[in-house]
Amino acid sequence: MKKTLYVAHFALIAVVFAIIPNAGQPLGVLDGIPIAVKDNFSTAGIETTCASNMLKGYVSPYNATVVQKLLDQGAVLLGKTNLDEFAMGSGSTDGVFGPVRNPWSYSRQYKEKSVPKSHSEDKDANWVITGGSSGGSAAAVSSFTCFAALGSDTGGSTRNPAAHCGVVGLKPTYGLISRHGLIPLVNSMDVPGILTRCVDDAAVVLGSLAGHDPKDSTTIQDNFKPFELPNLTDVSKFSIGIPKEYHAPGLSNEILALWSKAADLFKNAGAKVIEVSLPHTRYSIVCYHVLCTAEVASNMARFDGLEYGHRSDMNKSTESMYAATRREGFNDVVRGRILSGNYFLLKQNYENYFIKAQKVRRLIANDFVKVFRSGVDILLTPTTLNDAVPYMEFIKEDNRTRSTQDDILTQAANMAGLPAINVPTALSERGLPVGLQFIGRSFQEKQLLTVAKWFEKQVKFPMIQLEEVKRHDHGVFQHQKSASFS
Amino acid sequence: KVTFFSRPYKGYEFIAPWVPVVGLEIHAQISSNSKLFSGSQVQFAAPPNSLVSFFDASLPGTLPVLNRRCVEAAVMTGLALNCSINKKSLFDRKHYFYADLPAGYQITQQRVPIAVNGRLSYSLCIDNKMSQMVTKTVRIKQIQLEQDSGKSLHDDTRSQTLVDLNRAGVGLMEVVMEPDMCCGEEAAAAVRELQLILQTLGSSQAVMAEGQLRVDANVSVHHPGEPYGVRTEVKNINSIRFLAKAVDYEIQRQTEELENGGTILNETRAFDSKLGCTVPMRDKEGKQDYRFMPEPNLPPLILYDAKYLPANTNHQQVVNIDWIHERLPDLPSVKRAKLVEQYGILPEHSFTLLNEDGLTEFFENVVKQTQMKPKKVIGWVLNDLLSYLKQHSLTVKESPVSPFLLADLLNLLEKKEISSTAAKQVLAELWKGEGKTALEIVKEKELELIQDQKELEQICQAVIDGQENEVIMMVLGRNQKVLNKLIGLVQRETQGRSNPVLVKQLLEKKLSE
Repeated sequence: MKKTLYVAHFALIAVVFAIIPNAGQPLGVLDGIPIAVKDNFSTAGIETTCASNMLKGYVSPYNATVVQKLLDQGAVLLGKTNLDEFAMGSGSTDGVFGPVRNPWSYSRQYKEKSVPKSHSEDKDANWVITGGSSGGSAAAVSSFTCFAALGSDTGGSTRNPAAHCGVVGLKPTYGLISRHGLIPLVNSMDVPGILTRCVDDAAVVLGSLAGHDPKDSTTIQDNFKPFELPNLTDVSKFSIGIPKEYHAPGLSNEILALWSKAADLFKNAGAKVIEVSLPHTRYSIVCYHVLCTAEVASNMARFDGLEYGHRSDMNKSTESMYAATRREGFNDVVRGRILSGNYFLLKQNYENYFIKAQKVRRLIANDFVKVFRSGVDILLTPTTLNDAVPYMEFIKEDNRTRSTQDDILTQAANMAGLPAINVPTALSERGLPVGLQFIGRSFQEKQLLTVAKWFEKQVKFPMIQLEEVKRHDHGVFQHQKSASFS
Repeated sequence: KVTFFSRPYKGYEFIAPWVPVVGLEIHAQISSNSKLFSGSQVQFAAPPNSLVSFFDASLPGTLPVLNRRCVEAAVMTGLALNCSINKKSLFDRKHYFYADLPAGYQITQQRVPIAVNGRLSYSLCIDNKMSQMVTKTVRIKQIQLEQDSGKSLHDDTRSQTLVDLNRAGVGLMEVVMEPDMCCGEEAAAAVRELQLILQTLGSSQAVMAEGQLRVDANVSVHHPGEPYGVRTEVKNINSIRFLAKAVDYEIQRQTEELENGGTILNETRAFDSKLGCTVPMRDKEGKQDYRFMPEPNLPPLILYDAKYLPANTNHQQVVNIDWIHERLPDLPSVKRAKLVEQYGILPEHSFTLLNEDGLTEFFENVVKQTQMKPKKVIGWVLNDLLSYLKQHSLTVKESPVSPFLLADLLNLLEKKEISSTAAKQVLAELWKGEGKTALEIVKEKELELIQDQKELEQICQAVIDGQENEVIMMVLGRNQKVLNKLIGLVQRETQGRSNPVLVKQLLEKKLSE
């Protein structure tokens, strides 16, 4: 993996360069820390493409608020990461730059467990996907090319790839972190997501990003105080809810068992673990489909080739120029969602689809309110149905089908605007990461992360053993003898 | 509600009872430093694309931030139009593709606008006589905040469209007037009154020529007792005068069409000011579905009043309806009433005073500087001054005769140093703007009234002596006509420099001797 090595060295150099000019005073908590940013965040002077032809060559003139905050802290931006086009997808396979490969595909853990179908087969053929849509960011953190990365999360796009890549993926409460500069998918559900190697790091990054932004009217006005996570030893005060509906069709036995084991872990440590019900969970996919496509149709209306981005050579009329630009600029997934969304927004359909979906959304959100009001502090659920599938298998189904399947466990948190986090838990039988998800109360990130950190300490998720890296750096990346959770 | 058409319609016979129905959609550009949702400047006639922020250009990732001043302007206007202010109003997206709409949608208030259910009173003069004014009311359906679009200029020679986004995102108040009007004159009067109100409030400068006030008219006709007819929308009206013309033309066109057995299409038509008619607009083929959707980046707009203001609110973050109400200036109707009361002038007079920019101030300044009663001053201001300005297409500000000069002249008249005929002559000279005072002109042209009673008596006697027949007639009883003739003769003799009242007295005295 020459590319990984190159990037790792580059990271060291970047860190050195970052420190020298600022000799004396560190700019902030993240001074000198290499970070990566998903390519749907605006970065001033740096191409921002959303992995789409529509924005190839588009150089944003301003920084997204979250990017600016990281830079103000002294973080070093290593690069923009790959994603599904306009963040639509759950595999990070449908961007214009091609699919993202999960670094675990090249880990010793995976290679040991995978059996090639025949010897003549290319060793590389069964590399697995990262999940999506923030696959590039997850891969960047997972492969040690940076310490933290920004993703975005609309239906699970930060937590899903975090689970598949064995990293921490935090979706904050809607309204806590500014979306100014995040190129929107669904304005009412999008949040910037944080990907790190451990829960403490996620808390640090959260501390630099959270807080009211006058440029984003959907951020709350309350003062946010960055916090340090306590080292919790006693979980007996906590009540952990296990929502039965998250035992979804298609959930692998492996993950089911892991989930159960995790529940037992809390129980044995003295916490109150109870089964709860979120009865409207099963409607969330359809509800999400209507609301997401409707907002997509609206948000994509600005891409007409007139002011920025790709413009078609077709110039017979303004209308034909628009049509050609949009056909050339968007992939099938984006165009499909635009068409669906416009359908749902038609006057004759609006009441039956859009309004109804909004009502269902409220029911879904109320499910959580009821459960949290009944005394449950944190919900524990699986993050994904399976471990990462090989790319060749993933692409056998279309994007829509995959999204429908993969979003089921993560989406409801976006519907309700709640904070949620993926914590890498164990390796599957195939040697790939599996994570579990914790969902907390609105704006109670401190509590959520405290419990997540405790759990992280218990499970001791193994470090990825990237073969080539290991060869060059003896002793730096020691093979961890872990009492691994599985 | 059927407004029965009660007076003969100008221009053609009152044959078939067609009831015209006119409603208006008025877009007033809010007078503010920056745009409705972004910080770029609002300025007329700036170099193209020099006032465009990232948000205005719809750069991806940018978000709207509501401008407080625009909200206040809308609340002021709503209060002035007797509307209910909605304490909670919502923003929506209205989607359509056009070169001057960068985001592919306009942010507006379709579901719940900021103000509803108001009314506007306006006055018309009946039969062109200023003496008879009638007050009418039009209901205001709603006022909503929305974004203005940019401007696109079609260059057919080079097959290109030029887009200027300076205006994109400027705040607008859309004022919807219910179809309570019946003709061009009513529509024009209603709009004129709205314009005065907006200018008084300062919420919009409302100058039609600069595009700060745009009016679209909805016109239909029907037989009384039957449901409303199909309506057309008339756009591209650039002045209040053209509004009246466009509406009247459209009423006539529809009436003729229906009389000839035709039908009216529910279409949009443009007013062609050169031809004085409306023509179908090609742009809007078929009905558009705007796919309205709530604007997810803007929370509901919450307004407070003194009663419901939460305890720890930051004054900067909150719009208080009561606070705005307390600070509303006197509206035109109130101003007129005050003028009538203060100066004893007629309502029609106050109307004209407010209708001309700066005329009220001019009048009040003259009154301050003269002993002449306001009731008399008003005649000079409205009849002499104003008609001269109109003849020469001058505004009050451009008047070569200042309030001081006119007051000075009126003082001479009031002190009986000149006659009113002489005064008119002096005024005609003052118009030349040569810097002379009234007194200087009077001296120059020898227009002073003859003050010497003896001299006047002599002239009267001379006239009587020269008119023996008339004197006999008087004795026979035909007093008034003869007397007037004698007065006229004295005036001629004195070249208008005699006080007619005094002359009458002297003649009567002499004749009775």
